[in-house]
Amino acid sequence: MSLKEIKDLINTHLPEMVREVISTTTPATFLVDSSRIVELCSFLRTEKQLYFDSLSCLTGLDNGPEKGIMEVVYTLYSIPYNYSLNIRCELDRTLPQIPSVSTVWRTADWHEREAFDLFGINFLNHPDLRRILLPTDWEGFPLLKDYSHQEKYHGITVKY
Amino acid sequence: MGGYLDQKFGAGGVIITQVDELLNWARLSSLWPMGFGIACCAIEFMGSISAAYDLDRMGLIPRASPRQSDVMIVAGTVTFKMADRVRRLYEQMAEPRYVISMGSCSNCGGPYWEHGYHVVKGVDRIIPVDVYVPGCPPRPEALIGGIIKLQEKIRGESRLDESLLEKLLEKKKAKA
Repeated sequence: MSLKEIKDLINTHLPEMVREVISTTTPATFLVDSSRIVELCSFLRTEKQLYFDSLSCLTGLDNGPEKGIMEVVYTLYSIPYNYSLNIRCELDRTLPQIPSVSTVWRTADWHEREAFDLFGINFLNHPDLRRILLPTDWEGFPLLKDYSHQEKYHGITVKY
Repeated sequence: MGGYLDQKFGAGGVIITQVDELLNWARLSSLWPMGFGIACCAIEFMGSISAAYDLDRMGLIPRASPRQSDVMIVAGTVTFKMADRVRRLYEQMAEPRYVISMGSCSNCGGPYWEHGYHVVKGVDRIIPVDVYVPGCPPRPEALIGGIIKLQEKIRGESRLDESLLEKLLEKKKAKA
């Protein structure tokens, strides 16, 4: 299936879902509406012509305070069709939140926890949203562009 | 012909030595390390224990419990999440206890010294270190060099020195 055919297929079932197609990336990227991400993902997973049954990766992105945008990128893979696709959502940086897709792919559970841990993105309806890599009492989200680490952690100076 | 000890001491049957020296010799010849590694340095540590380098010949037998260990080889990157655990493991070891800091990460933070928000910039910020082994990671030869350095240090110690006891009592007083 070509990129345009996939886009049309999505947009006929979910009107105005795909806002933009970026074909310069590998794999190609669809920029989509973040509020309906669960609908889109369950469609992509169950649709017989696509069958994106594997979530290869879920990444958070911070574009900095000037742009005021955060992103979540989903890299999907269809095992039967041997086809990959990127789905990208833009979020408001002051209140980054997006519905969780952990009901669609179980893999998303820990990926979303990681994105929460490092970027502070709030995944709504996530079953267990807490830090996964950093200690539970860590302050701040380290991969934000304007992050500065705390002075001390449990009495140990953090700076070199 | 006989072995070295037989040749040297076999004839008389009596060895005269100082208690300190005997104790030190016993301790430096059975430095049991904790079987504990936190990053890639641990691979080199494992290589040192393997048949090729054979730390057994120096009396180093990794123990599965800090209670049975004499030396802790901090082999790898100490993160802040791990820091509490490292400190706790050290406290669980019986005295006299020693620490070898193995590799750049545990010496000073290594490649994470500037942007590694999660890395403790040197394990000596948590626990006292006796020997630092440089390298990223150090080869087994370097680790063995560090162990020999520690053995030299132990050889010069005195467990019977009265001033040691006084120091310990002062320390207790200061705490109370």
